[in-house]
Amino acid sequence: MKTSDIIKNGLIKENPTWVLILGMCPTLATTTSAINGMSMGLATTFVLMMSNIVISLLKSVIPDKVRIPAFIVIIATFVTMVEMVMKAYLPALYENLGLFIALIVVNCIVLGRAEAFASKNNVWHSFLDGLFMGLGFTWALTLLGMVRELLGTGSFFGHSLIGGADGMLMMILPPGGFLCLGLLMALINHLRKKC
Amino acid sequence: MAKKAQSTLINMLLSLTVIALVAAAALAALNAITAAPIANAQKAKVENAISAVLPNFDKLQDTAIDGNICHIGIDSEGNFVGAAIEAGNDKGFGGHLQLMVGFDAEGNVTGYQILETHETPGLGAKADKWFQNDGKGSVIGLNPNGNELKVKKDGGDIDAISGSTITSRAFLDIVNNASSLFQNLNH
Repeated sequence: MKTSDIIKNGLIKENPTWVLILGMCPTLATTTSAINGMSMGLATTFVLMMSNIVISLLKSVIPDKVRIPAFIVIIATFVTMVEMVMKAYLPALYENLGLFIALIVVNCIVLGRAEAFASKNNVWHSFLDGLFMGLGFTWALTLLGMVRELLGTGSFFGHSLIGGADGMLMMILPPGGFLCLGLLMALINHLRKKC
Repeated sequence: MAKKAQSTLINMLLSLTVIALVAAAALAALNAITAAPIANAQKAKVENAISAVLPNFDKLQDTAIDGNICHIGIDSEGNFVGAAIEAGNDKGFGGHLQLMVGFDAEGNVTGYQILETHETPGLGAKADKWFQNDGKGSVIGLNPNGNELKVKKDGGDIDAISGSTITSRAFLDIVNNASSLFQNLNH
């Protein structure tokens, strides 16, 4: 497998959000602002990278029948690490994302990559797959957060662009999340098929 | 590809046990490193909230009334200058709402800070500024004792956050409650 294929798969061709449509719960819930979406994406990227590396290293010593519990323990360990570090050094961010950080454990992207990629490929490729799948997730969440924040509150990464304007609140609320996600997905898949 | 471990009972037991042990050890080690910063961050948050809501105080004395923590402010001459009270309820739109409410010696509200909120961003979450001095529904300087704070919809004088009457009611309820706790303070 070529390195460039892994990179392209994660970022565009098999992008977890736009193409595989995995991990929709954090996608919709944390993208009320660009910075929240980006932080969630980066936290997931870290977990994906680390769990892919460890699972790839251990793939020959984990018996098939207990592979899922083994993967979950490994993933949960890294998620808890992210949670503790964030709580200790970025308390403000932790307050916004708190609940969803713990839920990275059950994010289908992480277990999906462990099962579909890391348990079958070597460490270097698994690391790349984790990194670029994570970055694919990150850019998707950041874009969605940016669009929702811009429409909903008229600001860009927390900086108000339109003074005094409140924006369309609905875009911050769940219905706006579904609307933006659907429209962006249609647009991006249209562009992807053209290339 | 390397030969895969067979799914025998002993293999399954061994691999899962070792993985769980290593995971537990790693987390215990990290916990030892982060426990202090986590405690500090929480302490700093409470301290910042107190100094934001309480008028000039020299030192604090902590007590608890009905399970609510009260930070009593005392100036350099030992006089009582007011108190910051941690209070909350579960009447918010998104569940629990926890505030730090400051009172001066007469029981007037001197300020508030939100300690915990699950209100809707853009709607109920505006409570952090709405009821402040320069907000549209200021509660600063009011004395809820004997004259409960209510939103206009309920016959009161406070402007509710537009579109967030439930949050506003929960908020004022907490301030009223904190005020009655303040009256019960033995000072």
